[in-house]
Amino acid sequence: MSKSWDVSEISKWGWSKHPVGAVIPEPATTNRYVTGGWRSLRPILDLEKCVHCFICFIFCPDSSILVENEKMDGFKLEHCKGCGICAQVCPKNAIHMMNEAEALGLEQCLLPDDDKKDKKEDKSA
Amino acid sequence: MAIKLSEIVKQKELLAGGHRMCAGCGAPIAVRQVLHAAPQDAQIVVSGATGCLAVSTAIYPYSAWQTSFIHSAFENASATISGIEAAYIALKKQGKIGKDFRFVVFGGDGGTYDIGFQALSGMLERGHRVLYVCYNNEAYMNTGTQRSGATPMGTWTTTSPYGKGSSGKTQNRKDLTAIAAAHNIPYVAQAAVHHWRDTVAKAQKAFAVDGPAFLNILAPCHRGWRYPMEKTIELSKMATEACIWPLYEVENGEWRLTGKVQNKQELRGYLKVQGRFSHLFKPENEGVIEQMQEFVDQQWEALLVRCGEK
Repeated sequence: MSKSWDVSEISKWGWSKHPVGAVIPEPATTNRYVTGGWRSLRPILDLEKCVHCFICFIFCPDSSILVENEKMDGFKLEHCKGCGICAQVCPKNAIHMMNEAEALGLEQCLLPDDDKKDKKEDKSA
Repeated sequence: MAIKLSEIVKQKELLAGGHRMCAGCGAPIAVRQVLHAAPQDAQIVVSGATGCLAVSTAIYPYSAWQTSFIHSAFENASATISGIEAAYIALKKQGKIGKDFRFVVFGGDGGTYDIGFQALSGMLERGHRVLYVCYNNEAYMNTGTQRSGATPMGTWTTTSPYGKGSSGKTQNRKDLTAIAAAHNIPYVAQAAVHHWRDTVAKAQKAFAVDGPAFLNILAPCHRGWRYPMEKTIELSKMATEACIWPLYEVENGEWRLTGKVQNKQELRGYLKVQGRFSHLFKPENEGVIEQMQEFVDQQWEALLVRCGEK
């Protein structure tokens, strides 16, 4: 089987084009599937604080911590769903979560966040 | 051998990103920790019992697995992998296969405690060299939180609701790790995602034994447990500290506590942070928390005795 199974037009395939038994002929094809759009918060790394301990790496559910030359090298944003676990477990507070709209430069799309937070606090109190 | 993250990051990632588990899910964390413990020169074959993990990591035409993966029904993941392992041994004897293969099953608690239990028990008894991993989120989360044999008492689920005359699930959960240990297999352990070093060490031991091994890993589910998604690791830690999920292993019949609890926390604190237990803090349900605490204490004391700590 070829190394890159092209599924871009799968919705147009007839029955005979699908592998028998719906076998997926290539491993890890989700590498080409983007789940980054689920994200409403984006992790931002402060490289000055990072000590490359890789605690975030072992706790990332989406295998989205990039490692380059044995150093932490940011996040694979096409797969990161923005759960914020990395920011929680970081022992040096080197990761913080930023609103995705703000990160994309779409400030006009921001929700009135501060108001929302105040309401939440009122509820819990 | 010391387990170092600086070594682990050099390994090949066997579970790719882009799968469709929820953000902040505990299950893929458990899977990654187990697969990072697999022998690097071996080929891994994974069988997935129906559950969140199987249905969201292998949606045709996408697979998140860098390993071989075979999707099984709820009840027969163990039977499927038993057949694969037997076929591998036969082919190896005939000299048709040279490589070293290892076999792993990932099942949720529904597929392990309840529906897949018969096949699991059979697999353990027949002695196939398979590692069975139960990622335990304490209910049927894939279908929207229904009670399972792993759900603790007092939990709200859609099939154990609370209201007039009901305070959530009324039964205690069963101790499946002890049941697996009762099969007298070489390695059984209970782990939790927050203690990655412990989980990786246990998975390494489980891969090394020549026979069946069983790992029961607590993998919090923020949708079903009702807590903010970034707290998954914290919840796992709290469960261990409250001794509702003790960490231990049973190696060739020898019980050993692996997570020493310095400071046993009250169950109340662990329950308080989860929406699934919120009804227990109403005045009419006060007795339930005491009952739960009593059960946890009793189980914990029994475990300490079994592990020779008392």
